[in-house]
Amino acid sequence: MVIKIFRDFTKRIFAAIFRRKSNIKLGFYGPPNAGKTSLANKLCKDWTGEEIGKVSAIPHETRNVQFKEEVNISYKGKNLKFKLIDTPGIATKIDYEDFTNKFKMKKKQAQQRAKEATKGVVEAIKWLDDMDAVIVVLDATKNPYSQVNITIVGNLLARNIPVLIVGNKIDLRKADLKKVESAFPEYDVVGISAKYGKNIDEFYESLFKLAKKA
Amino acid sequence: MKKRMKKSVMKGLTIQFVPFSEISRLDSVERIKKLLKVILSNKVIVLQGRLKPEEETRLIEDTMIMIDNIKGFKGVELAVISADKSEAAFIQKIKLGIANALVGHQDDLTIIGPATIVKEMKRDPKKLEIMMR
Repeated sequence: MVIKIFRDFTKRIFAAIFRRKSNIKLGFYGPPNAGKTSLANKLCKDWTGEEIGKVSAIPHETRNVQFKEEVNISYKGKNLKFKLIDTPGIATKIDYEDFTNKFKMKKKQAQQRAKEATKGVVEAIKWLDDMDAVIVVLDATKNPYSQVNITIVGNLLARNIPVLIVGNKIDLRKADLKKVESAFPEYDVVGISAKYGKNIDEFYESLFKLAKKA
Repeated sequence: MKKRMKKSVMKGLTIQFVPFSEISRLDSVERIKKLLKVILSNKVIVLQGRLKPEEETRLIEDTMIMIDNIKGFKGVELAVISADKSEAAFIQKIKLGIANALVGHQDDLTIIGPATIVKEMKRDPKKLEIMMR
């Protein structure tokens, strides 16, 4: 009887550990146009051969949460299984006229895009609670001190969700990774170019460190 | 039917100071409601203290819903200025931590403005620039 209880107990513990480690829900969060989908695509392409979603120079291209159920990543002899969750960019304002003025979009189309984008932001926030770990993707050419970035990181900290900060677009001359690092001194920050795959090995190293905390 | 926001032709900027005592007894939903009501009347809020992280996301969520439902409303610009505690001694930091847990971050200032009036808030570690439309 005692042996049976002990056996069941250890089985449950191992099952729980194995289940958690084998399917880590990894979220991609950040402001619009930082390169969340580009990075998620890079991972998916590298390990499944398929992309997760479309990318565009126009902000709010991702307006729904997108998933890739099973992505097996191997790095330096270790294997991890992730569920990738690519979320719409979080913003505090959305103006359809930005799409018509800056990107010459038709008014109806711009209004529809803005409407979908507002819903996307709400959906992205709702998903915060479901993440095991999060990659916060920031555009390294932009000011990292924006309140949206601080709010995202603050919420993850409050929920005890491990965070990796990625400074994307380091291939651009204006990129300033030092500024990103100084804005978030308590976090692991890695600079990459998701578009060109620059520094991706360092990113995988940091990703596996992050997965350990999940 | 969509509500319509008052046309925001700027005739003068109104800044409303909200002391922490005015929101300290409200729950999160009421706090956000109160702040958004001021924003909808085209005023810029200077709030003593700061919202909790989950209140900040709630503010963003409610803002998005309002963009969808109130014609002319385009969202908010938001920034928090925190007192620099990096130089404080260890004991001082502990004291501040306890004080913050008890009465909130009253040393901080939160500035929230409607996006139709405030074009951008540029925050650097030591300064905040507010650009108006």
